[in-house]
Amino acid sequence: MEQLIQYVQSYLTSDQTPGAAGNMFWALVYILLVFVGLSIAVIAMNWLERKILAHMQVRLGPMRVGPHGLLQPIADAVKLLLKEDIMPAEADAPIFWMAPFMVVLAAFTVFVVVPFGPTHAITDMNIGILFMLGVSSLSVLGIVMAGWASNSHYPLIGALRSSAQMVSYEVAMGLAVVSAILMTSLNASGTGTLSMIGIVQAQQTQGIWFIFKFFPLGLIAFFIFAVAMVAETNRAPFDLAEAESELTAGFHTEYSGFRWSLFFLAEYSAMIAVSSIAVTLWLGGWLRPFPNLLNNSAWDLVFSLVPGITFLFLAAMCFYNAVRMPKHPFFRIQTIGLAGFGVLLGLIGLILFIPAVSLRVQDIFWFSTKVAAFMYLYIWYRGTFPRYRFDQLMQMGWKVLLPMGLGVLILTATAGLWPLIQHSIWHP
Amino acid sequence: MAPVATPFFFYLLSGMMLIGGILVITRKNPVHSALALIVTLLAQASIYLMLYAPFVAGVQVILYAGGIMVLFLFVIMLVNIDRAAKERTFNSQWVVGIIAATALGGLFIAVYTKGKDIFPEHALSVIENDNTQKVATMLYGQYMFAFEIASLLLLVAIIGAVVMAKKRI
Repeated sequence: MEQLIQYVQSYLTSDQTPGAAGNMFWALVYILLVFVGLSIAVIAMNWLERKILAHMQVRLGPMRVGPHGLLQPIADAVKLLLKEDIMPAEADAPIFWMAPFMVVLAAFTVFVVVPFGPTHAITDMNIGILFMLGVSSLSVLGIVMAGWASNSHYPLIGALRSSAQMVSYEVAMGLAVVSAILMTSLNASGTGTLSMIGIVQAQQTQGIWFIFKFFPLGLIAFFIFAVAMVAETNRAPFDLAEAESELTAGFHTEYSGFRWSLFFLAEYSAMIAVSSIAVTLWLGGWLRPFPNLLNNSAWDLVFSLVPGITFLFLAAMCFYNAVRMPKHPFFRIQTIGLAGFGVLLGLIGLILFIPAVSLRVQDIFWFSTKVAAFMYLYIWYRGTFPRYRFDQLMQMGWKVLLPMGLGVLILTATAGLWPLIQHSIWHP
Repeated sequence: MAPVATPFFFYLLSGMMLIGGILVITRKNPVHSALALIVTLLAQASIYLMLYAPFVAGVQVILYAGGIMVLFLFVIMLVNIDRAAKERTFNSQWVVGIIAATALGGLFIAVYTKGKDIFPEHALSVIENDNTQKVATMLYGQYMFAFEIASLLLLVAIIGAVVMAKKRI
């Protein structure tokens, strides 16, 4: 028993990830935390997407279940679980069964290497970014399997479109990622790194986020990735694979109930995964804004207060809306519920003001905030852009993004070697 | 950290590979065969991982499981499977198959019996932490020429595909 406690405690003083320290217990805890956090994020994202889209289109969105429809995702989840599970008679049963699990597996496994902080990752791999790209590319298989096994026209066409799109955009995406990885090699030893934590640490030591490095090369690479990642996750304006007007729902037309909800879960967690790749590679991962420019202790204090203030602001919003609720007795429970939610958020905010806590978790806060900004962008795109036609989509991928990616890659390499080239020109 | 490269995992993964390989050649439905091949390739990637070669494992997953196999499935789905399944194919290749299998089996037996003399016993110094960097310096330093020749070969293949696909260029 004592040994066990010692084993659990031994990690607390470590400055490594649980995977690197080889501590199974904490690795398991981190896995559970990531899983729970991800599920909550997907639920929140479901509500936010409907709400924000509604407001963009001057509608109210879900308003009935809970105050401002806050409980709508839960109602949806219950509905999905209670729905009848239908399988087409002519479907290929084993593959039809496996497909949703394949997609979910690929979408969740990538989070093993996502660095929420220097110690807040399940593990750090030597091939981190390669692992993320590789495993997330396996989700194409799940989509193809789902489309084919349904043995129906719309899913097959949807799956073909979706896999063609994902395979083509992976190329441009890979080139953009490589140009960011090249930037990590600008140190004394001259070798870069593929590890997710190593990439952020390289930005820390070089004192610049890679989006601003070799301006505008980093920015262009980031732009290529930002476009390709929307196409990779089959989201609007590249959501031809599930174009409602043409293909009903694309590859998951024949799925219902729980299995459909697995596709839903996978789609949103894949969005979070690619956003965290973008944040890690170009936006400094867990680093707070201006870590090198404003680096005295006063600024440290100011930035360490931001997480708590954010939660207090959210709590204040809840109270404000609780006061504005209709005074009719029908709404009493909803008002109390909203105020209770506000109290919860306020308590979290107050806990975040404790220096020991905020020191430990502010890296998670900054990482999540940056990812959240990307998630908002996804919704914004969906509310703004009309859907592309398929030939336009392919043209964009192969004739615009791919040459741009190649150019940026070559220019980044040249810019990185420029001191050497200059030296050899002036001192032959 | 305790090594994961235990015999248990080796047997598990090779078992998966063997079962996958057998399924590839015994399934009637080509899509099932392709999926079994993916299982084999993923198990193979895990074996690379066990040999402390994470970079090769990652590339295997991206290129084979994620890229090439998707294209395979793509082609298979566009083919009319019902008609293709009825056709009798590859039945005239038994002799060649048996010769190839015997040769390969003989090679395996030779390696198994004489292996200790052929390959020097070599304890692996764990270089997992800078494996990718090692691969890079080797590939772009010592083996630069071979690497470039391989990429030229790929270029030829691409040009060939374009020439075949486009009637008028």
